[in-house]
Amino acid sequence: MSEDLKKTIIDYVKKEYLEEDSEEDVDENTPLISSGIVDSFSMVSLKTFLEKKFDIKIPDEKATTEAFDSVNNIIALLTEFKVT
Amino acid sequence: MAYSNKAKDFFSAELTGIRDAGTYKEERYIESPQGAMITVEYPEGAPQKEVINFCANNYLGLSSHPDVIRAAEEGLQKRGYGMSSVRFICGTQDIHNELEKKLTAFLGTEDTVLFASCMDANAGVFDVALGKEDAMIADRLVHASIVDGMRLCKAQLYNYKHANMEHLEEKLKETQECRFRMIITDGVFSMDGDIAPLDKIVALAERYDAMVMVDDSHATGFMGKTGRGTHEHCGVFGKIDVITTTLGKALGGASGGCVSGRKEIVELCRQRARPYLFSNTVPPVIITAANTVLDLISKTTDRRDLLEKNTLYFRKKMTEAGFDIREGVHPIVPIMLYNAKLAQDMARDLYDEGIYVIGFSFPVVPKGQARIRVQISAAHEKEHLDKAIAAFTKIGGKYTILGKSKKEIIELYGY
Ligand SMILES: Cc1ncc(COP(=O)(O)O)c(C=O)c1O
Repeated sequence: MSEDLKKTIIDYVKKEYLEEDSEEDVDENTPLISSGIVDSFSMVSLKTFLEKKFDIKIPDEKATTEAFDSVNNIIALLTEFKVT
Repeated sequence: MAYSNKAKDFFSAELTGIRDAGTYKEERYIESPQGAMITVEYPEGAPQKEVINFCANNYLGLSSHPDVIRAAEEGLQKRGYGMSSVRFICGTQDIHNELEKKLTAFLGTEDTVLFASCMDANAGVFDVALGKEDAMIADRLVHASIVDGMRLCKAQLYNYKHANMEHLEEKLKETQECRFRMIITDGVFSMDGDIAPLDKIVALAERYDAMVMVDDSHATGFMGKTGRGTHEHCGVFGKIDVITTTLGKALGGASGGCVSGRKEIVELCRQRARPYLFSNTVPPVIITAANTVLDLISKTTDRRDLLEKNTLYFRKKMTEAGFDIREGVHPIVPIMLYNAKLAQDMARDLYDEGIYVIGFSFPVVPKGQARIRVQISAAHEKEHLDKAIAAFTKIGGKYTILGKSKKEIIELYGY
């Protein structure tokens, strides 16, 4: 797994979902959806971001809340699309 | 019949899951009309109890107003009980047309079409106005009915951090290549009572050539100097392209909703909005009563002025009593407690004191932001407010949270 990929996603999650004054931090294992940092409605922007960034199309049946629940899970999902 | 044990067991397990998660919703039986004072049977079978109601959306106190009831009775006599038809077959009476015109004038738009509810209005409007070449850019905290409505629409979905204008601007830049963009927000957000910065939103919309859609369910009838809504409050009356709102809250509280806004969009809703085309018309009693409500609130601002006075009084006294209150001017007053159990316990104790309020916690509000949401009404007398303030102070004292900051409350009770 490339460190760059991890950093790209973590940076995006922080910028996109954390408020500037937030005390929360995010690493590759932080639960995102089940913790409430990303709600299921806001998850679409994460999906759109990944699709644009890596030029892939994630079908809805793969875009589950589990698949998006941590940066590690997202990376696992991305490897299915040969993104590493 | 093929309701198998497998299906039955599955549904039962789902229900158990909801109970275990502590999110199971129970109904309480109210054995009186809606009002400042209501008679409640809770739990089921318990003796009736008179309580002061602080959780209805009865902002203007019109739900059981004598003029409104009289108008409904008149409607019943003159136009009957039901229409047994959708609007475009034989479900439109003169009074429906009259109400749509009144709503248009009141909201400062070009045209209006009624729906069975605002949920239906939100379910229909996006799919009508936007297609897959377009973008919907929504505040992250928009009401569930908007989320569902957007899901029914093929346009690309973007969202921005709650009320965060820099983030909205980023999304507007990101979507420049789309055919149409629509910024989508609640006028007032129902959990915090906070107000969307519509002046800034309209300015951004003008700069980036986007439409603006506002769900003003928690504002129509009382926000702004003459009660027109959040757009009046923010100084952008007449500048909102699409407003959806409900008759189910301040405007008499029965049911019904509408899409109001640009003439062409409203006209297209009459042609294509599925909840309009395939669901029954709003019944005559509600229409005649709503017509009277609009006459009432167009003629005088007395009720919204009284609501404003009540709200400011309650907010001031509760702040003085030492509660941690989300600041604002809206009759939704969130008393922040952060801990879910604390919110439930205090709401229960307040009920014993004759004050009917509800504790809200995750997933209805974000984790760690549990609160009791108080809703003020023009129907509340000063005496009702004083009783509530006294009861809150007593119970707040019992849980030793008075005068404590967010940090201190969390230290005491945790998230
Ligand atoms: C912001 C908002 N929009 C829409 C609705 C739904 O309105 P209605 O009850 O007319 O379907 C509500 C009510 O809960 C609401 O709070």
